[in-house]
Amino acid sequence: MSTREKVGWGVGGLVIIVYCLFPVAWIVSLSFKSSDDIANGQFLPTVFSSENYQQILVGDAAGLFLPALVNSFGICLIATAISCLLSMFAAYAIARLDFPGKRIILSTALAVAIFPVISIVTPLFNLWRQIGLYNTWPGLIIPYLSLTLPISIWTLSAFFREIPWEMEQAAQVDGATPWQAFRKVIVPLAAPGVFTTAIIAFFLAWNDFVYGISLTSTEAARPVPAALGLFSGASQFESPNGPIAAAAVIVTIPVIVLVLLFQRRIVAGLTNGAVKG
Amino acid sequence: MSQTLERPTGAVDPSATGGRGDKSKAERRLGWYLAGPAFVVMLLVTAYPIVQAVYDSLFDYRLTDPENSSFVGLGNYGVILTDSVWWIAFGVTAFITVVTVAVELVLGFGLALVMLQALRGLRPVLRTVILIPYAVITVVSAFAWQFAFSVDSGFVNSWFSWVPGVAADTDWFGTQGASLFVICLAEIWKTTPFISLLLLAGLAQVPDVLQEAAKVDGATWWQRLRKVTLPNMKAAIMVAVLFRTLDAFRVFDSVFVMTAGANNTETVSFLAYRQTIERVEIGLGSAVSVLLFLSVVLISALFIKGFKVDLSQARGE
Repeated sequence: MSTREKVGWGVGGLVIIVYCLFPVAWIVSLSFKSSDDIANGQFLPTVFSSENYQQILVGDAAGLFLPALVNSFGICLIATAISCLLSMFAAYAIARLDFPGKRIILSTALAVAIFPVISIVTPLFNLWRQIGLYNTWPGLIIPYLSLTLPISIWTLSAFFREIPWEMEQAAQVDGATPWQAFRKVIVPLAAPGVFTTAIIAFFLAWNDFVYGISLTSTEAARPVPAALGLFSGASQFESPNGPIAAAAVIVTIPVIVLVLLFQRRIVAGLTNGAVKG
Repeated sequence: MSQTLERPTGAVDPSATGGRGDKSKAERRLGWYLAGPAFVVMLLVTAYPIVQAVYDSLFDYRLTDPENSSFVGLGNYGVILTDSVWWIAFGVTAFITVVTVAVELVLGFGLALVMLQALRGLRPVLRTVILIPYAVITVVSAFAWQFAFSVDSGFVNSWFSWVPGVAADTDWFGTQGASLFVICLAEIWKTTPFISLLLLAGLAQVPDVLQEAAKVDGATWWQRLRKVTLPNMKAAIMVAVLFRTLDAFRVFDSVFVMTAGANNTETVSFLAYRQTIERVEIGLGSAVSVLLFLSVVLISALFIKGFKVDLSQARGE
């Protein structure tokens, strides 16, 4: 590559960085504007203020935001754990066993992944009210499986296919017990795939808005995105934009941390499951 | 769990053909034992609701008035398909889908090319930042874009006041065109990185030898892109387009946050939500849901039959 080309691709890289970070930087900047400053028409606050964070963490809006944060974490973690467990068995069978159900299961996962969420919500809304699951944690965990399970099966089967399973036998030939072979050879090989799958499934659950807004009515189960969508300010005379921005920043922190720590694995997981030559 | 299993290599003693049949039967059974629970859960959370929705859609049924529920056959579908509300929602959804997928494909390809060529030191940085829009919650992205364009908290009007038609009091959410522009912008920002990652994986599969050979033959960069790169990653492109099209067709979050359907910006998903959850018209809402589901099935069939998208590649077979 000539120097000119190198500079050109380097500039392209900088454009990507600005493109990806600009809206995030904007919402962070907005979250530090005080209520008098919010209409200043500028990108940055005139004076940095923690007013919005106080309002959602200890002030008027805390009663709305903090329970939602707890709900989001609880519901998403449980849904992720269940789908990881179920998909571990399924992916193992798909990767290692020769059985005719393979294609059906993978095709079903594909169909469920592209299913319009709103078509699931309509009947569940009615059913959940009748059987008492409306506005409860399980009432969200169950439908969240429709988001997390297909991608988990897919991603994990792709990962499991790459595992050199023969090493298990090799370890046994070398004198390891079956349990040792499993624990010392297979678990370390499979763990990164399971972990990556969990992260991707968690992203999907964390992102949900349709289920959250349709199947809950109070802070007993309402997750953060739904709470954000319904938040209308401490009083009707006050713009809710500042507190919403602060809450948006807080819910973005966990996913940014996951991305920073595990970017390489996440990219592998996303592309392994979807495109494979 | 695996220590009790044999690897299914088929390396069975050829004389023991009877045992081989038993083995494959046992393997099949084990396969279903392991994969069955996941399969059943997937069916329960999707197949059951859609069947229920089809059933509900045949009734004139309002949640607040369950006594007066009556069977109306395909009546709800007649009501919807003759109402301009449905066709406006359908048109808006189709518009958002076509515009965002087209822009994302071109932009995503550009991003993938840059990532492929980027200097080694820059690559991990790019891979990290490109995941950020993907990981940010759709609702958060919608708020960020809405606040940027809004009159009372935004900066866009003051930054772009030199553009004709933009003034300090330009209300981006006051007209259909401007609202859809901002909605598309937010959707494009959020989902282009995902497309670009899929395309990057496709790009990486184009054999270097072909590129080198074309270079030796004197092909320009543009010729190589058109004759070598694109044909070799057609499958990756089609899979990315199919997934994004179906995803875009379900657009809901951004519309809910930015306009709540005002000024004819309602999408099909939003219409179903409004009928079912807000107006508790279970019958009508279910019919909209079923129509949305049928649209998605139709789009998939069109892609798979019409464009010969090979989904076995997507399944990683």
